[in-house]
Amino acid sequence: MTVAETETEERIIRYNNAFTETLRELLLDDPDIFIAGEDVGRYGGVFQSFAGLNAEFGDERVVDTPIAEQAIVGLGIGAAAVGLRPIVDLMFMDFVMVAMDQIANQAAKMKYMYGGKATLPLTITTTGGAGLGAAAQHSQSLEAWLIHVPGLKVVYPSNPYDLKGLLVSCVRDDNPTVFTLHKKMLGSKGHVPEGLYEIPLGKANVVREGTDATIIAIGMMVGEAEKAAETLAEEGVNVEIIDPRTLLPFDTEAVVQSAKKTNRIVIVHEAVRNGGIGAEIAAQIQEEAFDYLDAPIARVAAPFSPVPFSPALETAYVPNAESIAEGVRGVLYRNV
Amino acid sequence: MATKQQSKISKAVLLDLHRRMVRIRLLEEAAGRLASEAKIPGFIHLYVGEEAVAVGGCVALNEGDQITSTHRGHGHLVAKGGQFKPMMAEFMGRSTGYCKGKGGSMHISDLDLGMLGANGIVGGGVPHAVGAAFANKYRKNNLITMAFFGDGSTNIGAFHEAANMACALHLPVVFMCENNEYAEYTPRERVMAITDVADRAVAYGMPGVIVDGMDVVAVYEAAKAAVDRARNGDGPSMIECKTYRFYNHAGVSAFGTPYRTDEEVREWMERDPIKLFEAQLELAQVLSAEEAQAIHDEIQAEVDEAIEFAEASPMPDPSTDMLTDVYTEAP
Repeated sequence: MTVAETETEERIIRYNNAFTETLRELLLDDPDIFIAGEDVGRYGGVFQSFAGLNAEFGDERVVDTPIAEQAIVGLGIGAAAVGLRPIVDLMFMDFVMVAMDQIANQAAKMKYMYGGKATLPLTITTTGGAGLGAAAQHSQSLEAWLIHVPGLKVVYPSNPYDLKGLLVSCVRDDNPTVFTLHKKMLGSKGHVPEGLYEIPLGKANVVREGTDATIIAIGMMVGEAEKAAETLAEEGVNVEIIDPRTLLPFDTEAVVQSAKKTNRIVIVHEAVRNGGIGAEIAAQIQEEAFDYLDAPIARVAAPFSPVPFSPALETAYVPNAESIAEGVRGVLYRNV
Repeated sequence: MATKQQSKISKAVLLDLHRRMVRIRLLEEAAGRLASEAKIPGFIHLYVGEEAVAVGGCVALNEGDQITSTHRGHGHLVAKGGQFKPMMAEFMGRSTGYCKGKGGSMHISDLDLGMLGANGIVGGGVPHAVGAAFANKYRKNNLITMAFFGDGSTNIGAFHEAANMACALHLPVVFMCENNEYAEYTPRERVMAITDVADRAVAYGMPGVIVDGMDVVAVYEAAKAAVDRARNGDGPSMIECKTYRFYNHAGVSAFGTPYRTDEEVREWMERDPIKLFEAQLELAQVLSAEEAQAIHDEIQAEVDEAIEFAEASPMPDPSTDMLTDVYTEAP
């Protein structure tokens, strides 16, 4: 299929199906790729994100593992160190914590501490985010824990098209990458071409151009920011939206450029505000563009509590279009 | 017993076992000296006393087979064929070291030799052996992987997860336990309710055997059987080697410590694996005392040369070397 063909014809599929399709095309493309994780084989994954892959590629390439996150990541590290290109799944981002030694002490540092000899083309897939009533241990957004670790790359797609291109780039990258799906977005739809294509890691996407303020939004918050932008447009406010897509390495240049243009910044993420990636992004912007800012950088993020269970609490916990719009009004001094 | 066992093993293998043990011993004694003179920075975990385990294990392997290691990794790398110059340079933090001075003693490695790295996290390397073994099985390359670990690491979750996964996936791994009776500075009986680590093997569904870890031939023979089993597709095994480190967990002291008695240390030193083996080799007329001494002298000269090389080597340059090797750059 040529690029021209994919562009002329809108092919709308779900975020989750884009993930499965990409894995399938990658498995067909490269015999060194295998997938391992809890329930990914015969059952097809708890969200059916791996559906049909075990039946098509067999137990050797789509491997059911014990519930053993350290060993799952360790399996990927050992196999990658000797030349395979593993994709290992951690099911829920909360389980990253169970495997943190293998991720942060082992995978991320191996190249450096072994003097550059180790190459680890390892992809860790997982699902983050709240909104499904999954409570405190199945809903977290832990990207800030990961971006603190030199040696990792951290990716969080906000739509099916980016999902495919970024996943291909992660799997083909020769470094350990953590690829996060948002579990509430699994059913969302978008245009996805057939066939493999790459979106470069470390490159942000300007989702919407604007002049009055910039919203930097991550994952599911990108869609909420777009809704907020519609509301704000009706109020005569023209916002720019930037989706970093890759959180590590971070596209500082893209957000600094936007800050110099709009002079007002609102950063939106689902993780708690305290110590979140918003703090890092704000620091980078003020280092590079302090003189261009017309208001303090605002952060719209979750309150400092575990993710609550009750829908009444959870709905109020996760930032949405309304709270984002309110954040933008704040940096424009329109809500006082 | 020794003579009978040796009769099954070729003279070349016996001499190889001996030479590799002496290589570890002389390198380690020199490293200890240099550490006490502060010429080697950081922590140092010497392998002295445990040589028979690394050597018995690695001589049973083929070229291309992989090993994973521990904090106490110098012996594993030497046993796998590591060279003195880049090792000594790495201990001293020089840019000519195996890890360009970025890893040091605790992360000594040579992936080209299949030595997948010494590891600062107890038990942290065991899952990597499972991953490498998975890759070997996946590629049907007839290679196997040997995981070295201590008694202490069998109490940590990563070990349990890795052992279970290796058995569940029926992978070509040999689990090689160095039971030196102390988890760092704490006696085994304070932190484990069992005496023999090998008892744990049955829980994973693999055979576990116990060998005298001061008897290199016993270790080699047990390792050979486990290696053959793995290579034949019969799955993992565990070997528990009863051994002892002559020096403390870290550093170069042997005596006068509160966690073990000097008498105990001396008793184990009487069972020095190199002395025991040299006596056997002399008795079996494989290697005379004079010939053994010549080997020591030859290796000592190589150690001395490595120290000279390391001391003459440049330190890494903060302005150019700090940020390289964090990531693999796209080709």
